[in-house]
Amino acid sequence: MKAIVNVSLKAGVLDSQGKAVHHALDSLHFNGVSDVRVGKQIILKLDETDKEKAMADVTKMCEELLANTVIEDYEIELV
Amino acid sequence: MTKVSIVQFPGTNCEYDTQYAFEELGAKTELIWHKSESIPSDTDLLVVAGGFSYGDYLRSGAIARFSPVMKAVTEYANNGGKILGICNGFQVLTEAGLLPGALKRNDNLHFISKHHHLKVINNDNIFLKKLDNNDIVNIPIAHHDGNYFIDEDGLRELNANNQILLKYTNVNGTNLNPNGSVDSIAGISNKEKTVFGLMPHPERAMELILGSDDGRAMLQGFMEA
Repeated sequence: MKAIVNVSLKAGVLDSQGKAVHHALDSLHFNGVSDVRVGKQIILKLDETDKEKAMADVTKMCEELLANTVIEDYEIELV
Repeated sequence: MTKVSIVQFPGTNCEYDTQYAFEELGAKTELIWHKSESIPSDTDLLVVAGGFSYGDYLRSGAIARFSPVMKAVTEYANNGGKILGICNGFQVLTEAGLLPGALKRNDNLHFISKHHHLKVINNDNIFLKKLDNNDIVNIPIAHHDGNYFIDEDGLRELNANNQILLKYTNVNGTNLNPNGSVDSIAGISNKEKTVFGLMPHPERAMELILGSDDGRAMLQGFMEA
């Protein structure tokens, strides 16, 4: 099983990279973009086969290391 | 004689400057490799020095915070030991939860390396007691992730407990924010005033010939317990 973890800055925390990318898109005349957020994706290959257990494990990984929950949110997708 | 122990991770590069600075002030020093599971028992001040750590993969300080020595550092902190985290050391201490908040990428996305003025906000602690509130010091900054973030409740608490140590200002003491930090914060302490963290480098401001010796008055505070 694979876990795809998306980590991004919380809503309300200024994402300066997102802002810079947005600005660049504007200058390329891509005008239909109202907001840009830049995050990171971490892909984990898991030995665990039980989805519930895997979700619990990865959640713990996110809380302890993969995300800094002071400034970041995370989403986990199991595939 | 004050004993200063300095933590060294793979990538730390300010440990020798820190050692020089404290020895100049009359301390004896010892470097502690990150694999060490204890810190010397005669330590009066533990410094988590600046530079980088473990490539700062994921986030600055995120991996370093799980290295073997950090267990001992946390234990030392919990027993009331004095800790100073400079730059990457500050990032490590926030990641470890020993200081509140977090350090984000600078708002302008640049690595900023220059002298910057700072204003002393609270000198009621061992670190800044040799300075007066509202004193201005000129100290080098050198960071990419120095943009201090804390939520509104956290900021209220910092203010209520006099935990804000230093703010970025111009030479006249007016806020001047180089990196986007909440409230122009450059350095903070924990509630108990035993753990201190700042992005600027006082250990690089020890000689007038190198631009400033304002770091002396800052670090001197630790020399008289």
